[in-house]
Amino acid sequence: MSTLVALARAEAVAAGFAQRTTTVRHLHVAARPLVFVPLSMAGEANAPLAALVGTDPAAPRLLVVPQPRNRDQRFRFAAELAEVLLPYLDSFRGVAEAVPVNRGKEIRHRYVDAPQVLVPNPAGIQFTRLLGRSTRFRRTDGDYPVHPSVPLLGRWLTFLADRAEHPGSCLLLAMTEALTLHWATGQSPLEDNHLAALLAWIDPPDGLTGAEAAARAEDPLTWPPAGPLTDPTFDNEVLAPLIAAYAEAGDDPGRQARAREALAEALRGQLAPTWRLMWRGLALLRDLPPGARVAQRWAEDRDAFTGFASYLDEGGHPQPRRDGAVVAAQRLHRLERALQSYAVQRAYDDPLVMADYRLTGEAFVGEVTLADPNRIDDSGRRRVLRPRIMLRTTDPVQVTPGTAVYSPDRPQQKARVVLVTPRPDGTGTDVVLELTGGLGRALTPAPGSVPEVGERVCYTTLSDGFMPPGEFPAREETPWTHGGPPTADEEAVEPTAEDALEEWE
Amino acid sequence: MTSMNTAERLAAIRGGAKPKRHNARTIAALTRNPGCARRAVLDCAGIDKQRLAAYVDFPARFGQSQFAIARGNAFEAQVKADGAAELLTLLRERLGLSIPEVAYDDLASVTGREQESPEVRYARTRTLLIRAATGAGDAGTLFDHPLLRINVAGQPVYLEPDLIAFQAGGRFHVVEIKSFAIVDGQADAGKVSSAAIQSAVYVLAMRELLAEAGFDPEIVSHDVVLVCPRDFSNRPTAVLVDVRKQLAVLRRQLGRMTRIDELLAALPPDLSFDLAPDAAGVPTRDPAAIVTALRAIDARYTPDCLAVCELAYFCRHEARGCTAALGPATREALGGIDRVETALALAHDVLPPAEEQAEAAALLQAAARLRAEALAGAPA
Repeated sequence: MSTLVALARAEAVAAGFAQRTTTVRHLHVAARPLVFVPLSMAGEANAPLAALVGTDPAAPRLLVVPQPRNRDQRFRFAAELAEVLLPYLDSFRGVAEAVPVNRGKEIRHRYVDAPQVLVPNPAGIQFTRLLGRSTRFRRTDGDYPVHPSVPLLGRWLTFLADRAEHPGSCLLLAMTEALTLHWATGQSPLEDNHLAALLAWIDPPDGLTGAEAAARAEDPLTWPPAGPLTDPTFDNEVLAPLIAAYAEAGDDPGRQARAREALAEALRGQLAPTWRLMWRGLALLRDLPPGARVAQRWAEDRDAFTGFASYLDEGGHPQPRRDGAVVAAQRLHRLERALQSYAVQRAYDDPLVMADYRLTGEAFVGEVTLADPNRIDDSGRRRVLRPRIMLRTTDPVQVTPGTAVYSPDRPQQKARVVLVTPRPDGTGTDVVLELTGGLGRALTPAPGSVPEVGERVCYTTLSDGFMPPGEFPAREETPWTHGGPPTADEEAVEPTAEDALEEWE
Repeated sequence: MTSMNTAERLAAIRGGAKPKRHNARTIAALTRNPGCARRAVLDCAGIDKQRLAAYVDFPARFGQSQFAIARGNAFEAQVKADGAAELLTLLRERLGLSIPEVAYDDLASVTGREQESPEVRYARTRTLLIRAATGAGDAGTLFDHPLLRINVAGQPVYLEPDLIAFQAGGRFHVVEIKSFAIVDGQADAGKVSSAAIQSAVYVLAMRELLAEAGFDPEIVSHDVVLVCPRDFSNRPTAVLVDVRKQLAVLRRQLGRMTRIDELLAALPPDLSFDLAPDAAGVPTRDPAAIVTALRAIDARYTPDCLAVCELAYFCRHEARGCTAALGPATREALGGIDRVETALALAHDVLPPAEEQAEAAALLQAAARLRAEALAGAPA
């Protein structure tokens, strides 16, 4: 944790309310997101118990599994979830835009919008992943056939859960993570996983401080856990008798319907508070102004969505159980690049995030005191424009001459540190920079391309420039040191009859 | 102070109640916060912390769902059914053994284990394990419900067992049956790591037992057999988990724990957590007196305690305003300053820093300046 975020936590304790840790929103908030609040049965690997799902805050759809250990009922839950989720995903496949690639020599298409699914917490993402895993290999023929929507749902859920690991992606978000990215509470990060308590710190009801509201929010009777696990006391005192009553109802349709209704009401009571919190969280996020590079990252999400949709159109097989060595290495490489780029972009978009880097000496802000915008370097074979500026900063400067630094205001321009001179009277440091790029084509700089005297500018060693992709062998050439070519579990293949028989009870 | 005196002192602190038994989970939890004197004293005295916490109005919030218990019991019963037939198949595969015959010894007494003293059960476990280690023939043996003992803060603690010890060819393996699933070879990292540290407690206890009897402690393998349901089914699968790292952590943490004698010596002589129940079993002691007694022993609260210690909500309340209550990372990022108001006063330059706070104060002031500047909308 950075000192700035820790300081914000300390201030939250003193104020009794959560404090902002960013000046802008670093996430895309969709115009029409889908909220998914799942509950699962305690002790089971992935037994759906109930869910509230939908795009309308006033009209969630309640899904209930009266006998969570029953295989058919579990798949019925998956089919019902598919009835909501698949049309939602499809609704973003109407309009596409052309994107030039390969320096404009080719174009490809991407949808102008994409789905956004929100779950309460990281455990909700894990639930989504496991539900995807347990449904994507199912078959619609042979033994235990399922509705055709079930394996399709599994592939989509797996795609969303995979994408959630991608830093900066907003296709599947956990609300607690989205909120803690922007606010610091006066409690520990561990306690921030409790959605009701977290929101209480950020947006307490009238007349209460965040701290007071958070203390009340810990009472599972008023604020049931945001799932997927239910409150053990609810399990023992409410849920168990209701499930037993449903089982005892047997084939008597009237009794069964009544038992089911009672169960549905109890589960709705557990889910509804979280459902409301989700929409409140969304409204709070929406109120924040978006960062400048949020749209760019959302475009990458739209690319990923478009790509996966066409993969499925072409009859794409379910994602493999495990990644093979090459695919895993490529994925890791992609995630590392995304992580770095996401961190840099947030700092560029947000002075409060950049402040972290200023504190550690990786960035400094100063006022330009001298500028030589028309400086020509004629030491080489060709005369080149190399403007120099000097700025005075009170930040701790850790960079040394020769280091390349960049300014968020002029990301195309590179600056080389020429001199770092602490001022003798102790009022700061003078830094001389030589600029290249982003100056226009002539031997005089384009207007505005060189910072002027009196301008306050930020320079940092963080670069959002192009990072070359790593090189990896073809999958079939995986070296023996890495297990050799992929096995059946590591390749996307047509599920076998055996896959479909996999026990799930 | 002799060990007998220590035991008497602990009994006095506990009061009239029966001592609460330890299990590997409580020992493992103890090692997660070895610096907490409150927890060490209460646990060594065998005090029912859950009851105590409820009595001072800070009840623990970790109940267990009956669904989880039922699933765990059903899975364990299935694995152990028919003389642990399924378990043996898995052990043969995992350990690469060709064991022709395996005996199954349930070390829990037939008359019910609650009535029997732990000393008696421990003695029986000891005899049987030593016999197995001596007569290392071809035959393997499964010992169900052995009772083990481990020294915590200088006091012997009996472990209410929940495991099987497997012996073949004079070598022992700890077998831990858990009901969380292993899906495509992957399981919840938190659950695996707590299973590993619990198993390490058993390995350590078995090694101590055999070493006392003159055997090489290494005959208890550091590879623990973890048996879990596979994927989404009830079928068991087994994996070997190397617990060498956990053993090292456990040894270090148990060694670091201040000896209980020293802790007791610093406490008020009349310290007691006796709830003094009347004839009907209703406590008569004033909860405020219990709170005073708790305050007499220093705690070291961290947010991790919420998941493992029954008293955590009491300690959290007491730790309000401490940077530690915000988590170790926050405390560290605030330069290790103890109190939130001190950190803020240093940051805003309204408190002259003590000598050892100078570095932290400089960092906090710089952070406060940058934060204020960014929030005021200054250009970056």
